[in-house]
Amino acid sequence: MTVRTRLAPIAEHVLPYAATLTMLGALWCVFIYAPDERMQGPVQRIFYFHVNCAWSAFLGFFVAAGASGLFLWRGRPAYDHLAQAGVQVGMLFCTMVLVTGPIWARPIWGTWWTWDPRLTMTVILWTIFAVYLLLRATAHDDPEIARYGAVLALVGVLDIPLIMVSVRLWRGMHPSVISAPEGKGGLEDPRMITTLLVTLAAFLLLVAWLLWRRYETLRLHDEIHNIEDRFTEVAA
Amino acid sequence: MWTILRKDLLLEFRTREALSALVVLMLLVLLTFTFAFDPAGAREAAPAVLWVTFIFAGLLSVQRTFLLERENGSWYGLLLTPIDRGAIFVAKMLGNLIVLALAQCVLLLLLMLFLQVPLPAAPGSLLIVNVLGLVGFSALATLFAALSVRLRAREMLLPLLVLPLLVPLVICAVEATRIVLAGGDLASTGPWLRVLVTFDVIFTVAGWMLFEQLVQE
Repeated sequence: MTVRTRLAPIAEHVLPYAATLTMLGALWCVFIYAPDERMQGPVQRIFYFHVNCAWSAFLGFFVAAGASGLFLWRGRPAYDHLAQAGVQVGMLFCTMVLVTGPIWARPIWGTWWTWDPRLTMTVILWTIFAVYLLLRATAHDDPEIARYGAVLALVGVLDIPLIMVSVRLWRGMHPSVISAPEGKGGLEDPRMITTLLVTLAAFLLLVAWLLWRRYETLRLHDEIHNIEDRFTEVAA
Repeated sequence: MWTILRKDLLLEFRTREALSALVVLMLLVLLTFTFAFDPAGAREAAPAVLWVTFIFAGLLSVQRTFLLERENGSWYGLLLTPIDRGAIFVAKMLGNLIVLALAQCVLLLLLMLFLQVPLPAAPGSLLIVNVLGLVGFSALATLFAALSVRLRAREMLLPLLVLPLLVPLVICAVEATRIVLAGGDLASTGPWLRVLVTFDVIFTVAGWMLFEQLVQE
């Protein structure tokens, strides 16, 4: 609780404005400042959203896994709220990755979808956490559901390395922009790197703010539930 | 632990309820595949047919793991026994594994009979690949059976929970089976087999450790 009360003023009064401003800056960078890519032309600009969405999705899922672990260990409902918030925000960005990817792939690869390892991996990850949300939605009144969800999130994250290795073995055309060796792909113009960093900052602030909003909503939801319970007890 | 395993197996072999239903279900899924693919096409897809049949039939069978205890109210008795909760998981997992292994043997025979899949050059390798696939499946499915048994929509939720997590196992088991059926030996399935072993180890340990979290009440 103390962490929450300490974070609250920053999250309430700084984050939304900081996120909005950097997001506007990021839009300017993406559409005006960054140069056209030599081979791909303006289509490449979706990269700045696509990659940051992917990183944000991973961030959300790892927050969820970490909070789930803490919840199983300590049992504080706050960790469960954070885990749920992580999955919800992660799912939002994961869905955006799966939407922006095909939009880029259609003109560049000539197909909307291919069974490339990273695509396969993302879609499997999406299904795992979609089931998490389904589980929470179908059994929201079960007192044990928080613990079930935490187990699912942990097992899901344990599964990620295995999925990565097996889909890589299974099919091996996705550009590795960031980790590509010198002169093969990669961001050639320094302005592109600046743009990527600005958009990354904007996405991180957005993720932090969304996580905060979701966390607060879930916390208040729980609190109202408790008050209702106490009220019916008193009335009876 | 051995007592729980002995009790479950005894119950199973006295009634042969799960096993006979499982084998008939596998036969029916296999027939459905054969009709859908044409026998020749199904032979091409034999490794996939084998594992998809196994997984769908197996999920229905694993569903029942904790149902008996729930229905008879002996659940609390089981939980009150002074043993590590992890041991209950291991016992239940082994019980599932044995029943599934017997069914899988029948399924392999049916596959060879109906689809004229020739006996591989290295039957031992086929056996090892199958056992590794079964161990991973039993571990993951038993853990989530414990999770879903309390829920209202459990018939729907168990496959939903388990199928996405099983993806690495499906890929590796199918590919390794394909290699072995084509006459390869165990060494040629190297990378697939390594992922399968890792999968088995991770989820057996994770099940053993996390099971406790699912049965606290």
